[in-house]
Amino acid sequence: MTIIQFVLVGSALFSIGLYGVLTRRNAVLILASVELMLAAVNINLVAFDVYLKDPAHAGQIFSLFIIALAAAEVGIGIAIILMIFRNRQSADPDDLRLMRG
Amino acid sequence: MTMHAITTFAAQIVLATEEGGHAAEGGHGIEPGITSGVIVEWAWLIVVVPLVTAFLITLFGRKSPFKGWLLAEAAMAFVAIYGTVLFLVNAAQGVTYYGHVQVAEIGSYAIEWGWAVDGLSIMMYFLVGVVGLLVFTYAKGYMDADIRYTWFFASFSLFAGGMLVLVASPNFIQLIVGWELVGVASFLLIGHYWEDFANVDAANKAFMVNKVADAALFMGAIIMAVSVGSFDFNDVIGVVVNGEHGMLSQYAFWAGLLIFIGAMGKSAQFPLHVWLPDAMAGPTPVSALMHAATMVTAGVYLLGRLFPFYLDVEGIFAADVRNIIIVIGGLTLFLMGFLAIVQNDIKKVLAYSTVSQLGYMVAAMGAGAYTAGLFHLFTHAFFKALLFLGAGSVIHAVHSNDMSDMGGLRRFMPRTYWTFILGTLALIGIFPFAGFFSKDEILASMRHAGMEGQSVATFILVLGVAGAFITAFYMTRAVALTFFGTYKGHGHPHESPAIMTLPLIGLAFFAVTAGWVNIPGVYTGFTEWLAYRIPLVGLGDHHAESFDWSLIVVITPLALLGIAIGWYLYGKDRDTQLERDRFRIPVLWPLFEHLYYINDFYSAVFVRPLLGPIARAILWVDMNVIDGVVNAIGGGSLAVATGVRAADENLVDGVYNATGAATGGSGSVLRRSFTGRIQQYAAFSFVGVIVIAVVFIIL
Repeated sequence: MTIIQFVLVGSALFSIGLYGVLTRRNAVLILASVELMLAAVNINLVAFDVYLKDPAHAGQIFSLFIIALAAAEVGIGIAIILMIFRNRQSADPDDLRLMRG
Repeated sequence: MTMHAITTFAAQIVLATEEGGHAAEGGHGIEPGITSGVIVEWAWLIVVVPLVTAFLITLFGRKSPFKGWLLAEAAMAFVAIYGTVLFLVNAAQGVTYYGHVQVAEIGSYAIEWGWAVDGLSIMMYFLVGVVGLLVFTYAKGYMDADIRYTWFFASFSLFAGGMLVLVASPNFIQLIVGWELVGVASFLLIGHYWEDFANVDAANKAFMVNKVADAALFMGAIIMAVSVGSFDFNDVIGVVVNGEHGMLSQYAFWAGLLIFIGAMGKSAQFPLHVWLPDAMAGPTPVSALMHAATMVTAGVYLLGRLFPFYLDVEGIFAADVRNIIIVIGGLTLFLMGFLAIVQNDIKKVLAYSTVSQLGYMVAAMGAGAYTAGLFHLFTHAFFKALLFLGAGSVIHAVHSNDMSDMGGLRRFMPRTYWTFILGTLALIGIFPFAGFFSKDEILASMRHAGMEGQSVATFILVLGVAGAFITAFYMTRAVALTFFGTYKGHGHPHESPAIMTLPLIGLAFFAVTAGWVNIPGVYTGFTEWLAYRIPLVGLGDHHAESFDWSLIVVITPLALLGIAIGWYLYGKDRDTQLERDRFRIPVLWPLFEHLYYINDFYSAVFVRPLLGPIARAILWVDMNVIDGVVNAIGGGSLAVATGVRAADENLVDGVYNATGAATGGSGSVLRRSFTGRIQQYAAFSFVGVIVIAVVFIIL
């Protein structure tokens, strides 16, 4: 197994996540796409950690933090989306244009 | 200041005295006396206490007991007691001490504040203290109900402090500081009643005339200091005593002459005497203490302080100046005595008498008679202060200075009358009153100087003897017009209160006894007291070993003749002034009445020619320079203001408006990019990341 395979998987996963974030019309699915992007980042971190033989394993520890962060982010994100849906009966980000200049 | 510095200095003095011991031959052989000890080391308090008191009275006088008088009196009592103690110590053992503190240093010249405690300065401490205390006591009664009572005592204390700064000074710098302090105090006190414009003129005149002399004093002091390399009197005298032919001997004549001109101004010598009679515009206690007893003797004191320089036995320093000094003194004593004859203002009689007596002192200094000159200074201070205070008592009673308003007062004011008589006898020089001894010593010294080869002294001796006759005449006239005959004034005169008559009695005591400290052949303590000086040992002056009988048999009958003629002419009561003055001497009388036209001469030659052009010059400067400057400043301000306004309206406002418009414009453009679409924002962010990544990769 070479590093190139992990980098290809990570890139593909990140691109799918990015596509989802930019195109989904449902905020929940955007949130799920963000998770995909974070997973791609984790794969990259762990792969390069092993590849570079870091004695401190900074990449692996960092990915653990990101997993914890992602969990918290999903928790808060879902709560916000639920509140928005309850107030506006919609979770479409196109309908949320209060910040329009 | 450290005590160490003082003791070191004292040790040096002792050393210098011992080294200079060989110079003692031919002198008095005076031992150095006390050179250290608490009493002399703390003598600076004498100077500081009255000065501090002057400021205290100025600040808190109105609220203090007796509205400031008590503070002033306490300060003078301190000076009197300290001065008396020093006087007694000096009489018993001799005191020579010079303390000093360095204030600044300019190049190699040390600027020092110091206090000389030697025979000469102790005599002055004693005089200022004792006469001052009596005059301050008197002033409480005399100045009672004065509108500027507190201010009077503040200025008077300032004078006492200034005078003590002057006499305590061991160097020229401090002397000049004291010299100017008494000048300022004199100006303030002559102009005390400034509501009357004549008094303001008198104050200005005194100040200006003194300033002319002061300028000469400054120049003389600077020449002296540069030649010697020090401002210290002892250094100057040291150069003279060692007879060094240095720079000083080259410039000694000019330095000596200029310093003497300074002394002439302060001691009112002809032709700079014009300010003193006018100075009588001040309150009488001021005339008594400042313009008779102490301040005007500062010039004589200065000549005494520099005496070895002027005496100049070897003739390489200022010996030539001494002939000028004796001539000026002689002219003053003779010419000014006549003017006292024609005055109707009792204070002016005494003022011209003071000028005349100062002439005696200065002439004595010129004749090389250190002891005689200062002895007359000492006795004169008491009896002239007494006469002025007596005159003040009379003025207080009759509310007029003019002797035409007086007469017959001996019945109303017995104490004033008797003390005035004692003062008069002392001034005339009748045995055994104070003036007899001092005047006799001066004339004897002149005779001696004449015989020693100073030929001009013999001529001045004749003037001095004639002066004794004139003195007797004008004083008899003043006494006769004031106390005898019938009262011509208004109201009922009354004796002054005890607070005024007690000082009179105190001064009368000294007027009688002050001469007994120096009786030739009997007791000559005064000569020794004054001789405690450093670094010279032996002043080399002449002082009489015994009475000069050939002089006494001339002077005393002449004085008695003066009294007799005065009594013959004025003793008989006459109602009007015209009747009284019918004994006019044809040519001389108008000359005397116009004061030798000296004032008119000064007005015509100096004052008016200077005033006109000066006034015109000032007007021109005012019209052109000052107005021009003011107009330029105004125009400039206007132009600047216009410019500022333009800048404000265009530049500053423009910047603000442009900033606002630019912000608004850019805002309205940029707001379109804010669509509110989250996914659009995210896409832009991603593009931004890509761009940054590309940039990093390429670079």
